[in-house]
Amino acid sequence: MERIPILKMGDFLLVTIQVDLYDQLAENLESDLINTISKHSSKGVLIDISAVSIIDSFMGRILGNIAVMSKIMDAQTVVVGMQPAVAITLVELGLSLNGVISALNVERGMDLLRSKMHTSDNEEQDYDDDNE
Amino acid sequence: MTTITNSKEEALIIREQDVVPLRNRVKEYGVKIGMSILNQTKLITATSELVRNLLKYGGGGKVIIESVSNGRDNGVRVTFIDNGPGIADITLAMKDGYSTGKSLGLGLPGTKRLVNEFDIKTELGNGTTVTITKWKNG
Ligand SMILES: Nc1ncnc2c1ncn2[C@@H]1O[C@H](COP(=O)(O)OP(=O)(O)O)[C@@H](O)[C@H]1O
Ligand SMILES: [Mg+2]
Repeated sequence: MERIPILKMGDFLLVTIQVDLYDQLAENLESDLINTISKHSSKGVLIDISAVSIIDSFMGRILGNIAVMSKIMDAQTVVVGMQPAVAITLVELGLSLNGVISALNVERGMDLLRSKMHTSDNEEQDYDDDNE
Repeated sequence: MTTITNSKEEALIIREQDVVPLRNRVKEYGVKIGMSILNQTKLITATSELVRNLLKYGGGGKVIIESVSNGRDNGVRVTFIDNGPGIADITLAMKDGYSTGKSLGLGLPGTKRLVNEFDIKTELGNGTTVTITKWKNG
C-alpha cells in the first residue's frame, strides 16, 4: 500500500506531501503520524504541502484532525508552504482550518516550532517555581 | 445568452481511484482556455467535492466535461450524474455544515461559492445531477 514517508529530525517529524492526496493515502498518513509521534515522543510535526495543488473539505478535515490529535499528544503541528490559490479556495469553500498553524516554508516552520517549545519549557519552569 | 460547446468528453466514476484522473482532466480543460491558477484551483476543488458526493452518496455515476463559450468568455462546465437515492431536502443539503455522512457539510454550499454557475436537480429514488460552470474570467 502506498504511504507518505515521515522523516524524523530530532524532536520533530517532517512530512513532505509530493502527490495529490486521495482518501486512503490521507487516512494512512493520519494514523502513521499519530503512531510515529507516540513512538518518538515528538514535540512537533511539519507538514510541507507546497507541492499540493488542491485541498478539498475531506483533506482539510484530515489536516485538522492531525493538528488536534498531535496537540493531545503534546506535539505542535505546523503546515508549511500552502499555495496562495489553495489558501484562497479553502476560505471560499468555508473551511477555516482552526487550530492549524501555518508558516511560509520549512525553515520558518522549524523556527516557529522551536520558539513554541521554548515558551512551553518556560511555562513549565514558572509552574515548578511557584510550587517550590 | 446561449452557450455553445466546443469539446466534450465523458468519464465513468465508480471508485475512489477514478477521482484523481478526473481532477487532472478537468484541470487540463482549464489550462487549455488559459484559465488562471486561482480559477483552476477553485474549479478542481469544486470537482473534487462533487465527485466525492457522487461516489459516497450516489453510488458512482457519470461525469461530463465540456469546454464552453458564451460569446463573451470561455469556460469549463462539469456535470455530475448519479442514479442514487436523490436528496430529500435540497434547501437543507445546501446549508453550510449539514451532512448525513458525518463529514463537514461544505461540499454543496462551498462548491456553489467557488463556481460561477451552479445547478442541482434531484429526485428521490432517481438520482442527482449537479452542473457547474467556471468562466475563464469569472
Ligand atoms: N449525489 C448525492 N446523492 C444523494 N445525496 C447527496 C448527494 N450529494 C449530497 N448529498 C446529501 O447532501 C448532504 C450535504 O452534502 P455536502 O454539502 O457535500 O456535505 P458532506 O459531503 O460533508 O455531507 C450530504 O450529507 C448528503 O446527505
Ligand atoms: Mg460532500
